[in-house]
Amino acid sequence: MSSRRSALLQFVRGSFRAWVIGSPIYYLWLAFLLALIGMGAYAYSNQLEHGLILTSMRDPVSWGYYIGNFTFLVGVAAAAVVLVIPAYIYHWKPIKELVILGELLAIAALVMCMLFVLVDVGRPDRLAHIMPVIGTLNVPSSLLAWDVLALNLYFFLNLSVVTYLLICLFRRKEANPYLFMPLVLFSIPVAVGIHTVTAFVYNGLPGRPFWNAAILAPRFLASAFCSGPAIMLILLQILRKTSKLDLKIEAIWKIAELMAYAMFLNLFFLLAEVFKEWYSDTHHLQHMRYLFFGLEGHTALVGWAWTSVVCSVVAFLLFLIPGTRKNLITLNLGCVLIWVGVYIEKGVGLVVPGFTPSTLGEIYEYDPSMTEFMVGCGIFGIGALLFTLMVRVAVDVVSGKLLADEAA
Amino acid sequence: MSCGEGKSRRTFLKVAAGTAALAATGCGSEALKSFMKTHLREMTRGELSKYLAGLEQGYEEQFGRDVEVHATPAREGVLFGYGLDLSRCNGNRMCVAACVEENNQSRFTDEKEHTNPIEWISVLEMETEHGIEFSHADAYYNPKTVPEEGKFYVPVQCQQCRNPACVKVCPTKATWQERDGIVVIDYDWCIGCRCCMSACPYGARSFNWCDPHLPSDEVNPNMHVLGNRPRQRGVVEKCTFCIQRTRAGRYPACLEACPTGARKFGNLLDPESEIRKLLEQKRVFVLKEELNTQPKFFYFYG
Repeated sequence: MSSRRSALLQFVRGSFRAWVIGSPIYYLWLAFLLALIGMGAYAYSNQLEHGLILTSMRDPVSWGYYIGNFTFLVGVAAAAVVLVIPAYIYHWKPIKELVILGELLAIAALVMCMLFVLVDVGRPDRLAHIMPVIGTLNVPSSLLAWDVLALNLYFFLNLSVVTYLLICLFRRKEANPYLFMPLVLFSIPVAVGIHTVTAFVYNGLPGRPFWNAAILAPRFLASAFCSGPAIMLILLQILRKTSKLDLKIEAIWKIAELMAYAMFLNLFFLLAEVFKEWYSDTHHLQHMRYLFFGLEGHTALVGWAWTSVVCSVVAFLLFLIPGTRKNLITLNLGCVLIWVGVYIEKGVGLVVPGFTPSTLGEIYEYDPSMTEFMVGCGIFGIGALLFTLMVRVAVDVVSGKLLADEAA
Repeated sequence: MSCGEGKSRRTFLKVAAGTAALAATGCGSEALKSFMKTHLREMTRGELSKYLAGLEQGYEEQFGRDVEVHATPAREGVLFGYGLDLSRCNGNRMCVAACVEENNQSRFTDEKEHTNPIEWISVLEMETEHGIEFSHADAYYNPKTVPEEGKFYVPVQCQQCRNPACVKVCPTKATWQERDGIVVIDYDWCIGCRCCMSACPYGARSFNWCDPHLPSDEVNPNMHVLGNRPRQRGVVEKCTFCIQRTRAGRYPACLEACPTGARKFGNLLDPESEIRKLLEQKRVFVLKEELNTQPKFFYFYG
C-alpha cells in the first residue's frame, strides 16, 4: 500500500514538474492561453449579468457561433477514432503512442464541447435538469438528450483508456489487453455515435430543410475525420522537435493519406447536396443560396462559404499528391487549410444557413458579437491549456522520463 | 399533473447531490432551491398549492400588486381548436397588441440598456399574386392604412400541433401537450437550450434574450402557471391559446380584440361548437401540412 502511495506521489510530483519547467516558448504559450481564458471569463461574466442579449443571436437565428463550435469540436473528439483503428486493430506499431495523444485530444475537445453548451443555454443554473438520473432527461425522443448520454459515455471511455495506459507505462507494466482492448473497440462505435447523434440533433428537424438531409451525418463524419487528425499532425511535428518522443515520419504520412480519402468523401457529399438542391430548385434551395451567394443583398456568409470550399479543395489536392503530402511545408499548409475549411463548414456555415431565411421567411443576418467571440476564445484557451498540460505529462511518461521507481 | 414514476428515487438522489454540491461549493440558497425543485407534473396537490403561493408572493414583491396564479387543469372532453378567416383579416394587428397585454409579454423599452420585446403572433403580409408563400412574406409591414393594395395577411401563432415537433426535441421534458391540446412550457424547468425554437416550423416560440420588461401597471394579474405568468430571462415562451382564459370558459384575447371577426375558437370535441360548425361548412387548410405537425389551427377563406 505504501509503495503504491509513494508511486502516486511520485506521479503527481513528476506531473507538476512537467507543467512548471519548460522552455521560454512554453511559458509564452501558457501566458497566451491564460490571457485568452481571462478574456473569455470577463466576457462570460458580462453575459451572465445581462443575458444572451449580448450575443448576436435572436429569435430568427436562435443558435449561432457557440453551437457551431460545439458541433465542430464534437467532430474533433470523434476523430480520435481515426488513430485508434489503425493502431490497435492492425497492430500498427508506429502509431500506438499517438493513440494516447489522440484520446487526450478527444478529452480536451469534449471539455470544450460541454463548455460551449454551458455558455449557450439561457439557464446554466438549471443544467441539472439535463443530467442523467438526477434530471428529467427526455429519452428516447429528444436527440439532444441522447447527445448528452453519448458525449458522457465517450468522455469516460477515453478518460479510462488513457489513464489506464499511462499508469501502466508509468509503473513499467505491460498493459493488459483483455482489460483495455474491449474498451478501445467499444469506443470506436461510440466515437462514430457521438458525431452521428450530434448530426441527428439537426437532421431530425423537418422544419429546417437545410439540415433535414440524410447526407448530413455521413458528411459530419467525413469532415471530422479531416479536422481531428489535422490538429494531430501539427502536434506530432511539434513533439518530434521538442521531445524525445520517437515518432516515425511514415506515421504522419499515413495519417495524411487517410485524411485525403476522408476529404474526398466530404467533398463528394457536398457535391451530392449541391446537385440535389440546385437541380430540384425548390424553396429549400434558399438556404444554400444564402450560404454561397446571399439572398436579397444579405451576403454575410458568402465570403466564408467560398473560403471554406477553396481551402478544402486545395487541402485535398495537397494530401492526395504524394509529393506534397511528404513535404512538411505543404503538409502543414494542408493541415491549416483543412482546419479553416472544416471549421467554417461545420461552424457558422452549418448553423446559420439552417435559420436563414427563418421558417416564416425572415432574413436576419447573423454575425457573431464581440461577446461571443471572446467567450469562444476563452473556451478554446481552456481546451488548449488542458490539452497542453495533459500532453506534457503523457509525453514524459511515454518517453520514459516519468517512471515509477523500480522498487515501487 | 399527476405523480410520475421514479419520483422518490430522483428526489433522494437530488437531496444527496444537492447536499454534496452545497457542501462543496457553498453556493447560495437560491441556486439550491432551483436545483431541488420538483418538475411541475410530478408535484402533489399540496406541493403545487405551496408552489403557486410562492409564485404569487414573488410576483407581488416584484410588481407591488396583488396577483393570482392559477393551475386550472384541462377539462375532460375538451380539445381546443382555432379558426382563422383569411378573407376577413385585414392586417390591423389588434390581435398582436391584445395578446401582448393579456399575456404579460416583454415590452419594448428605451430606458434600459437592453430590450427584447416579445410578440407571440406574427402577422405576415403576403402578395396576392403569389398566394401563401413564406419566402415573399413580410412581418414588418408598416403602411399608413391597411389593407394595402395587392396584399393579404396571414397571422401566425402557435398552431397547437397534435404532433408537436417542439415537444419531441426538448431534452428536459420542460414542454408538453396538455390533454386539452394546448402545448405548454414550464418556465421554471426550461434550461433555455432553444432546441424547440429550431424545431418549430412556425416561428411560434420566443426566447427571453434579456430580462423581460413589464411595467407594474401593465401587469395582467390573472395568471396561469403554464400561461401568462411573467417569465424570467433565459427561458422560451409561446402562445397557449390564452390558457388562463380559455380554461375558464372565455375566448382568447386575440379573438376578442379582432375587429373583423376573422378569428374563431372552440371545443373540437363538441359537435355544436362554433369551430366544429366551421370545419363542417368551410373548407379549411393548415400551414405546412407536409410536415405532419397536424395543427389544430385552421385557416379558411370565409
